[in-house]
Amino acid sequence: MTAPPAIELSSIAKSFGAVRAVRGVSLRIESGTIAGIIGENGAGKSTLMSILFGLYHADGGEIHIGGVPVRMESPHDAIAHGIGMVHQHFMLIDSFTVLENLVLGVEGGFLLSDGMARTRAEVERLSGEYGLSVNLDARVSDLSVGEQQRVEILKVLLRGARILILDEPSAVLTPQETDRLFLVLAALRERGVTVILITHKLREIMAATDRVFVMRQGELVAERRTAETDPHELAELMVGRKVRLQIDKTPTHAGSVMLRAEHLRLVDGRGVPLLDDVDLELRAGEIVAIAGVAGNGQTELLQVLAGMRAPTSGSLTICERTFDAHRPGDPAGRRAIGLAHVPEDRLRQGLVAPFQAAETSILGYQDEPRFNPRYFLDRPAIARHCRDLMERFDVRPRLPRLRSSQFSGGNQQKLVLAREMAQEPRVLLVGQPTRGVDIGAIEFIHRELVKARDRGCAVLVVSVELDEVLSLADRVLVMFGGKIVGEVEPAGTDERRLGLMMAGASE
Amino acid sequence: MKLARGPLPRWAEILLLPLINIALAFLVVGIIVRIIGVDPFHALDRLVLGAVGSPESIGYTLYYATNFIFTGLAVAVAFHGGLFNIGGEGQAYIGGLGCGLAILALDRYLPGWLMAPIAIAAAALFGAAWAAVPAWLQAWRGSHIVITTIMFNFVASALMVYLLVNVLIAPGSMTPQSRNFEPSGELPALPGSALNLSILLALACCVLMWLFLWHTRWGYALRAMGHNPEAAHYAGTDLKRMTLLGMCLSGALAGFVGVNELMGVHHRIVLDFPAGYGFAGIAVALMGRNHPVGVVLAALLFGALQQGGAELAFDEPRITREMVVVIQGLVILFSGALEHLPRPWLAVLLPRRG
Amino acid sequence: MDDLAAIVFLTAAATLRTATPLILCAMGGLFSEKSGIVDVGLEGKMLMAAFFGASAAALTGSAWWGVAAAIGAAEIMALLHGFACITYRGNQVVSGVALNILAAGLTVVLGNAWFHQGGQTPPLEQAGSRMLPIFFPHAGDNILVYAALASVPFTWWLIARTRFGLRLRAVGEMPLAVDAAGVSVSWLRYRAVLLCGFFAGLAGAYLSIAQNAGFSRDMTAGQGFIALAAIIFGKWQPFPAFGACLIFGLLDAVAIRLQGVRVPGVGEVPVQFIQALPYLLTMFLLAGFIGRAVAPKAIGVPYEKEH
Repeated sequence: MTAPPAIELSSIAKSFGAVRAVRGVSLRIESGTIAGIIGENGAGKSTLMSILFGLYHADGGEIHIGGVPVRMESPHDAIAHGIGMVHQHFMLIDSFTVLENLVLGVEGGFLLSDGMARTRAEVERLSGEYGLSVNLDARVSDLSVGEQQRVEILKVLLRGARILILDEPSAVLTPQETDRLFLVLAALRERGVTVILITHKLREIMAATDRVFVMRQGELVAERRTAETDPHELAELMVGRKVRLQIDKTPTHAGSVMLRAEHLRLVDGRGVPLLDDVDLELRAGEIVAIAGVAGNGQTELLQVLAGMRAPTSGSLTICERTFDAHRPGDPAGRRAIGLAHVPEDRLRQGLVAPFQAAETSILGYQDEPRFNPRYFLDRPAIARHCRDLMERFDVRPRLPRLRSSQFSGGNQQKLVLAREMAQEPRVLLVGQPTRGVDIGAIEFIHRELVKARDRGCAVLVVSVELDEVLSLADRVLVMFGGKIVGEVEPAGTDERRLGLMMAGASE
Repeated sequence: MKLARGPLPRWAEILLLPLINIALAFLVVGIIVRIIGVDPFHALDRLVLGAVGSPESIGYTLYYATNFIFTGLAVAVAFHGGLFNIGGEGQAYIGGLGCGLAILALDRYLPGWLMAPIAIAAAALFGAAWAAVPAWLQAWRGSHIVITTIMFNFVASALMVYLLVNVLIAPGSMTPQSRNFEPSGELPALPGSALNLSILLALACCVLMWLFLWHTRWGYALRAMGHNPEAAHYAGTDLKRMTLLGMCLSGALAGFVGVNELMGVHHRIVLDFPAGYGFAGIAVALMGRNHPVGVVLAALLFGALQQGGAELAFDEPRITREMVVVIQGLVILFSGALEHLPRPWLAVLLPRRG
Repeated sequence: MDDLAAIVFLTAAATLRTATPLILCAMGGLFSEKSGIVDVGLEGKMLMAAFFGASAAALTGSAWWGVAAAIGAAEIMALLHGFACITYRGNQVVSGVALNILAAGLTVVLGNAWFHQGGQTPPLEQAGSRMLPIFFPHAGDNILVYAALASVPFTWWLIARTRFGLRLRAVGEMPLAVDAAGVSVSWLRYRAVLLCGFFAGLAGAYLSIAQNAGFSRDMTAGQGFIALAAIIFGKWQPFPAFGACLIFGLLDAVAIRLQGVRVPGVGEVPVQFIQALPYLLTMFLLAGFIGRAVAPKAIGVPYEKEH
C-alpha cells in the first residue's frame, strides 16, 4: 500500500451564472510534491483552488484530503484540514509589525506577551528550517514584496498547514525574489509539505514543480511529469488549437504616425515599475493589438495613453501633441484632439450605473456643443444620439431613458463601445473589445473596428484573447512584466510562439 | 444574520421604502409621546391643527419650510456629488453674516429693490466661502470633509459670538445683536406671520437646482462624480474642482437661511439664528431622496412639525418644542442610517422579476 | 511665591476638571474609531448619559445609581449605533448625527415631562447623590477624575498589550484579514462600540453628577466633538490623545482666566478664539500642516463579506 494522495479532487464543477468556470475536474496530488497548475486567464485554475480552500462551494464533486472525504464550507474548514493559501493580494496589515501579523488569530491567551514569545520562538525554528528569514519587528509597510510574501507563507505554516496553495506567487516578485521563493518551496517539500503553485508562467513550472496540470476553459486538459515535458508542449496545451476567427479585411495601408510613446515608464507608490521603458508607434489605418496575460502592464498603458494617469517619465505624442510627466494632459484634452477610449473595465469606468442610458451615451462628451446648444443640455438631442447608437450597435432594449444598470451586461458593454466608436476618432484605444459580450456581437464589434481602421483611424486593441488578437490585428505587440517584449506578424505566427512570449519564456 | 441586499422594484425604492422608514420613525415618536403620558392621537390632532389650522399657522409653517428647503437643498446638492456636508449650520450662520454686513453697510444708501439682491448675493458668497475651505482641505490636502465641516460649525459659532459681542453690537445694547436694519434691508412679509419673500427665493432655488443637476453639463459631471468618481475621472472631470463647486453651491444654499431669518424676520444680526436648521437639512434631504421636489415635500412636513410642535407645546405642557428635534433625529436614523432595515422584509414580499 | 503656587495648582485643577469628560470621551471614542467605526455621536452619548445619570441620581439619591444609569443610557445609544453601522451597514456619520440630534431633543422632552423644570433635572442637593472631591475640596477631584486618569493607561494597555487590542487594531485596518484569521468582525466591532458607550457614559455622569449638580439642556456644549478632535489630534493613540485633552482643557481654563485681561503685546485675546482653537488646531493637523494624522485604514467602511 502506498500512502494516500495529499489531495484528491473528483469531478469538481462550478458555474457562475451561465459561465461554467470549472467543468468536472479530477486530479490527484501526491503528498510531499510540488504541483503546478497552469492555464490562461479564465481557465478556471483560481476558481478550482478557491473551492479547495473553501472560498467557493463546488456545485458538484468530492474532495479527499489524505484519503479522507471532507466538506469545505469555509476557509476555516480548509485550515482545520491543514490547507493554507497564500493569496495574490496579501492579507497583511501594513501598520502592524511582522510578529503582530503572524500572531493575529492564534494569540493563545488574553495577554499578548505569551503568544508573542511563543510565536517568536516558533518562527525562529521555522525560518531556520526553511530559509524563511524575516525581521519580526519590522513594520510590514517597510518590507519588500518578497518579504511580505514570506510573512504570508510563515502565517500559513504557523497555523499548521501541510498543504500550501500559492496563487500566482511571482506576479509581484522580481526574478531574484522568485528564485528565492522556489528555494523555500523546495525546502518545504523536503519536509513533506505539499505545494500547489498556480501560475501562467512556464518558466516557473519548469523550474519549481514535479508535476504539472494544464487547464483550459474550465477543464483539465493534460497532466505531465515536469521532467518529461517542455515549455513548447505546455504552451500548446495551454492555448489549444484555436479556431481562428475569420474577419474580412484588406491589407492595411498604414499612414502617418498618430500615436508615439517613447521610453514610457510608470512606477507605483512602492517603487514597483508597472510600465518599463515602453516604446510604441501607432499609425493611421492600422490595428495594433497588445497581447499578454492580464496584469502585465496593459491596463496601465491604456490609462497613461488615455490621460487618466500621468507617466513617471518618458514622452507621448498623440495627433502631433506631446505629453510627458510634467504635462500629462487629461482625458478631456485627449478627447478634444480626437482620441477615444473604451476602458477595459467598462462597467466600472465606462458608465455610471444609476444614469439613464442617454446620459451614459454622452459620458466624456457632455461638454460638446452639439449636446449644449446654449446653457443647458439638449436632452432630446441626447436621447436621439442614444437611440442612434442603440440602433447601430443593436443595444436592447432601445430605451434611452432606462437606467444603465438595468441593461444586461452585454448591452451595457455595447453601449459604451458604441459611444466611443461612433465618435469617428482619429485614435481609438480599446481594452478587451469583446469581454462580456455574446458571440454574435463579437463578430459585429470586430467588423466595426476594421471599418474604423479602413476609415483611417489608428486603432490600439488590448486583449487577453489570443484568437482575437491574431485575427484582428495588423501588428501584434506582446507585453510581459510592464515591457513590450516583442512584435509579431499575425499572419505567419503560431499561437505557441506567442504563448511562449506571453509567458516570458523566450523573446 | 444574512441580509438580502438585492435591489427592489423602482417604485418601492422611491416611494415605499422612504414611507416605511418615516412610518417607523413616527411609530417610535408615538411610543415616546405615550411614555410621557400623552395620547399620541390627541397630540397628532393638536399638531396638525397647530400647523395648518389657521392662515397664520400656515404662514408660519411655510416660513419654517423655507429654511428647511434651503438646508435640505444644500445637503442634497452635496450628496449628488458624493459629498457629505454636515456644515450647513455654520454655512447658514456665516451666510447670514454676509447678508447682514451688506445691509448694515448699504441700507442707508440703497433702495430695497437694489438692497435685496446685493444682500442675497452676499449671503450666498459668504456661505459658499465657508464651505469652500473644507472642500479645499478635502480635495487638495486630503482631510475628510465630514470632520472639517463639523469643526467649521463650531468655528463659525465662535466667530459670530465674538463679532456680535465685540464688533457688531448696537451701541448701547445689552444683548449681543446688531442695530436694526433700515426698511430697505427688510424683505416684505405677510402681515401677522413670519412668512416673507424668501420662500420665492427657496422655490426658485429648487427650480434652479433641478435645472443645474439634470440639465447642465456641470450638474451632469457632479452627479457622475457622486455615483462613480472613477467614471467621472474617465469622462474628463476634474474631481478637485468639482468638489469645490459642489460644496460652494451647497454652502451658498445654506447661507440663504440667513436671508429668511435676518432679512425676513429679525431685521438685525442675532445670535444662534440657524437653530439646528443646518442639521435638519440632512433629514430633509434624506427624506426627500435628494430631489428638489422631494426636498420641498419633506421641508413642508418639517415646517408643519416645527409650527405644529410649537402649538402643541403651548397646549400640552408635558410636551416641549424639542419634540420636533426628536422627530428629526429619528427620521435621520431611520431613513438614513437604518435605511436598509425594512429591505430584507420587502425583498421577501416583493420578489423581483427576472 | 505662595500666590504663584496657588495659581499653578488652581489652573492645573481647573484644567483637569475640564479635561476629565474629554479624556473619558476620547478614550471611549478611541475604541470605536480603532475598530473602524466612526463616532461623531460621542456628543449625543455623553448628553444622554448626563441626563439619565442626573435623573437617576435625583430619584434614588445615590450617585452610584446615577453612574449606572448614565452608562446604561450611553450603552443603549452605542448599541443603536452598532446596530445601524455594523449589522445594517448604514452610513456611520449619518447614524452619529442622528443620535446627536435625537439626544439633544429627547433629553429636553423627557426632562420637561418628568421634572417640569424646562428640561433641567432637579438639583442634586441630597447628600450622596453627587460625586464629591476626595482629597482637595476646592479642586473638584472626585472619583471620576481619577477614573479618567486611570482610563488612559488602561486603554493603552488593552489596545497594545492584549489579544482583544490586537484584533481591535487589526479590524480597523483590514477587517478582511481578521475575518480570514477566523475572528468575527461584527462581534469585535460591537465590543468596541460598547466600550465606547461605557466611557462616554462615565463622561456624561461626570458632567451632571460630579462637575455640576444636575443636568441642564445641551450641557455637553460640543465637548463630544472636542473629544473627537482630541482623538484625531492625538493621532488615534491613547497617550497623545490624553495630551490633546489636557491642552484643550488648559485652553478652556485659561480662556476663563483671560476674560477681559490684556495680554502684553497682543492685547485682549478673544475668549471665542481660544474656544475655537481646538478645532482650528485639529484642522491644521488634518490638512497636513503640522505632521500627519493617519486614521485607521478601514474607518467608516462597513464590512461586507465577498461571498
